[in-house]
Amino acid sequence: MSGHTVPADISDHMLDLDEDEDLEVYSKNTTLADGGTMPNSPGSMVNQYQLEEDEEDHQDVKTKDIFVCVDNPESHITAIETFITYRVVTKTSRSEFDSSEYEVHRRYQDFVWLRSRLEENYPTLIVHPLPEKFVMKGMVERFNDDFIETRRKALHRFLNKICEHPVLSYSQHFKAFLTAQDLGPYKKQGPGFLSRMGETMRAVAISVRGLRTKPEEFTVMQEYIDHFSTKICSVDKVTQRIIKEQKEYMDELKQYSPSYLQWAELEEELAEPLKGVGNCIERCSKETEDQIQHLSEVLLPTLHEYVLCADTLKAVMRRRDNIQAEYEVKNEALVSRRVEQEGLQEEVEDLAGRVEQANSALRGDWTLWRNVMRTDLKSAFVSAADRNVEYYEKCLAVWESFLLSQRGESVEQTDWEHGS
Amino acid sequence: MMMADSGSSEEVAVICNTDITSAESENNIINTMVERGTVLLRKMEISVAEADKRTGKNTVNMQETYTVYLIETRPAESVPEGGTPAAPDTLWRRYSEFELLRTYLLVTYPYIIIPPLPEKRAEFVWHKLSADNLDPDFVERRRVGLENFLLRVASHPVLSNDKIVFLFLTEEKGWRDAVQETGFQDKVDSRLKSLSAMLRVKNPDKRFMGLKHYSDELNTIILQLLRVRARVADRVYGVYKVHGNYGRVFSEWSAIEKEMGDGLQSAGHHMDTYAAAIDDILEEEEHYADQLKEYLFYTDSVRSVCRKHELIQYELEMAAQDLTYKKQQKEELATGAVRIFSLKGMTSKLFGQESQEQREGRIAALEQSIQEGEEAIKEKDAECQEFVQKAWTDIERFKEQKDKDLREALISYAIMQISMCKKVRTLFLFLQSSFVPVHASHASNVSHLLPCVLSFRESRCGLMPKSASTKCEPLKGPNRTLDQK
Repeated sequence: MSGHTVPADISDHMLDLDEDEDLEVYSKNTTLADGGTMPNSPGSMVNQYQLEEDEEDHQDVKTKDIFVCVDNPESHITAIETFITYRVVTKTSRSEFDSSEYEVHRRYQDFVWLRSRLEENYPTLIVHPLPEKFVMKGMVERFNDDFIETRRKALHRFLNKICEHPVLSYSQHFKAFLTAQDLGPYKKQGPGFLSRMGETMRAVAISVRGLRTKPEEFTVMQEYIDHFSTKICSVDKVTQRIIKEQKEYMDELKQYSPSYLQWAELEEELAEPLKGVGNCIERCSKETEDQIQHLSEVLLPTLHEYVLCADTLKAVMRRRDNIQAEYEVKNEALVSRRVEQEGLQEEVEDLAGRVEQANSALRGDWTLWRNVMRTDLKSAFVSAADRNVEYYEKCLAVWESFLLSQRGESVEQTDWEHGS
Repeated sequence: MMMADSGSSEEVAVICNTDITSAESENNIINTMVERGTVLLRKMEISVAEADKRTGKNTVNMQETYTVYLIETRPAESVPEGGTPAAPDTLWRRYSEFELLRTYLLVTYPYIIIPPLPEKRAEFVWHKLSADNLDPDFVERRRVGLENFLLRVASHPVLSNDKIVFLFLTEEKGWRDAVQETGFQDKVDSRLKSLSAMLRVKNPDKRFMGLKHYSDELNTIILQLLRVRARVADRVYGVYKVHGNYGRVFSEWSAIEKEMGDGLQSAGHHMDTYAAAIDDILEEEEHYADQLKEYLFYTDSVRSVCRKHELIQYELEMAAQDLTYKKQQKEELATGAVRIFSLKGMTSKLFGQESQEQREGRIAALEQSIQEGEEAIKEKDAECQEFVQKAWTDIERFKEQKDKDLREALISYAIMQISMCKKVRTLFLFLQSSFVPVHASHASNVSHLLPCVLSFRESRCGLMPKSASTKCEPLKGPNRTLDQK
C-alpha cells in the first residue's frame, strides 16, 4: 500500500481551545503517545513517510492487530429518555493498549462524539461515515428490531474501518472510546459551542471569497467526487427500486400458487401435476423472499454507506479548501502591509506548512480510500451476483425435480399403453 | 404445442406441421403437432400459414381494415425421395368466417363439444402486451389459435366428416352459400332461445349435472389463474426492466473509474442483457396462457352440450306432462267425472250439456292427440337417448384429450421456467466474472460453479475445449421440446 502519510494534526490552529493539558492532541508538544515524533514541517514529514513505508514492507497489509466487535444491543430506560447501548469488545496486541481485551458499552451519541473528534483532529483524512440518525423512509421506528440490527452492523463496520486505517486507528480518542468505562471526562474536553460557531463562520467567509489557485490534482479529485456521488446515489436508488419491485412480485406469486392447488381439487388425473406446479411456485416464492432479504441486508447497506461517504468526501474537500484559504488570506495580508506585526510572517509560514500537511494527508488517504472503496463495492456486487446465481440454481432444481416426477409418470404410461 | 386426438386406438398416422413462416420464427413460436389420423386428417395436411391485411366495405358500407388468414391444404401423401412436396392449395379466410363455421357446427352437432376459437379481442393483457387487434404479436397468436381450431375439427371423429368443414378448407367463394343452404340458421335462433331460457328439469341427469358443475368450476378457476398469471407477468417484467437502469448507471460510472472501469462497463452490459431477456421469456409464456385459454373457452362448449341435454329432457318432460293431462281429460269425458277444471266443462255446465255426439267427437279427437303424443314421446325419448350416448362418447374423448393436453402444457411450462433459470443464471455468472479476476473468486458458495466460469472464459479465449460435463449452456432461445433438458 503506497502513499499514506503521517497525519497532519493542525487542529490547534483551526480552533480556539481550552488549553487542557490532558489532551496531547491539542498541545504544541508534538510527541505522540507512543513516543514517536509527529512532524510539523514538510521536510520531516518526508522522512517519516519513508520510514513508514519501510516498516510497511515488512508488514503484511492484511494483518490486523486490533479487532473490534459491536453487539448486544440493549435498551435503557430512564426518566428522561430511552436509548440503546451496544457492547463494544476490543481485542488487540498493540503496545499502546495496557490490556489485550476491553469491553465497554456505548450509545449512538458516543459514536457521533468519536467521529466528530476524528474529523476535527484529522480534517483532511477520510473518516468512514456513521449510519444516519434517523431513517426517513416510511414506517421505520427507532426501536424497531430491524432498524437496531441494521444500525448495529453499520456501527460495527464503522469501528472496523477505523481499526484498518493506518493513522486513525492510533487516535487517542479512538483508544478512549474503546477502553474507557466512562467517556464523560473525555467528552467535556474539546472546543465549546462558541468556538465551533466561530469556525463555521470563518469557513463560510472563506468559501464566499473563494480560492486563488486550486491545485490541479484537487480539482480533478473534486470532479471525481461529484461524479461518484451522483453515480453511487443512482445505484443506491436503483437497488431500492429493485427491492420494491421484487416485493411486489413476491406478493403476486403468493396468490399464484394457490390457484393451481385449487384447480387440483377439481381434477383427477390432472391433480398431481397441478399440485406439482403449485408447489414449485410456492418454493420459488420462498427463494424470492430470501433473495430480497440478502439484497436488503448486504448490498443496500454497503451502497448506502458509500452514498454517505460521498458526502464525507465533499466535506473533506471543503475543509482542505478552507485550510488553503486561511493561508491565502493571511498571506495576502502579509504581502499587502509589509510593515505589519512580526508574528504575521511566522503565522503565514505555519499556515503554509499546514496546507502542505493537509494536502499530503489527503493525497495519501485518497488513494487508500479509493482502494478500499473498490474492494468494498466489487465485493458487494460479486456477492449480489453470487446470490442471484444461487437463487436461479435453487429455482432450477425445484422445476427440474417436478419435471423428473412427470417424466417418470409418462414413461410408466407409455409402458402401460404398449402393454409392457 | 397442441394435440388433436380422436381417442381411437387405430393405426396412428403422424403428421408434423413443419411450415414455419418468417412470422412464426420471428416470434419464436413453433407449432408442433402430433395427431392420430382420422378421416380428414389422414387425407390432408392443414395449416394456417399466414396472416394478411385487407380493406374492404363492411355491412354498413364503411371502409374497414381486417385481417385474413391463409389456409393451406395438401394431400398427405408421402413425398418421394429427393422430390419436393406438391404445392399446397390455398385460400383466404377472415375471422368472421371461422365464427360462421363454428356456429354451424354448434347447431348441427349439439352433442359434440365443439373446439373453441381463439379470442376475438385480446384479454388478460398485462403491461406490455398489446390489446390492439391489429398488433402483429396478437395476430400471430391468433393465427396459431385458428390453426389449432382447424386441426382439432379435422381430427375429430365426427366433425371431420362434415361436408361444410371440407368446403371451408377447399372452397373459398362458394362456401358461405353452402352453409346458408343447410338451413342451419333456423336452428341458430332456436338454440339461442334455448340457451337463454330458464329451464327447470324435474329429474336432472346426475352425470350431466356433475359435468356442468365441473365445467363451471373449471371456468372460474382458469379465469382466476389467467388473471393472476397476468399480474405476475407484469411484476416480473418490472423487476427485469429496473435492472436495466443498472446498465445505464454502471456505464456512466465506468467513465470516471480507472481500475474498476472495465468491470463496471462489462457489468452494465450484462444488466442490459438481463433487462432485455424478459421480453422473450414472457412472449413464450403467452403461448402457455393460450393453451389455458383454449380450455377456458372449451368450458363454454361443454356447458352448451349440457344445456342442450337439459332442453331435450325438458321437452320430454313437458311432452310427458302434456300426455298425462290429455289422458286424464279423456278419462273424465269418458266417465263424466269432472276432475279437471276446464272452461269447456264449465260452460257446458252453465249453458247446457253437450250432446252425446259432441262428446264422442271430443273423445276421439283426444285419442288421436294422445296417440300422436305417445309417438312424439317415443321419438323424443329416442332422440334423448341418442343424444346422451353420442354426447357421452364425446365427453369421454374430451376428458382424455384435456388431461393429456393440460399435462403437457404444465410440463412445457416447467421446461420454460428451467430454460429461463439457466439462461439468467449464466448471465449472473458472467456478471460475477466482470469483477473477479480469472483465478480468484469471492463467490464462496458457488465454488463448484467456478470451473464453469473458468471454462467459459477459457473456452471463449480458445484456450481449452469445452468439456462435455459443463453445466453451462450457450445462450440460446428457450426450448420447448419434451426431450431437451
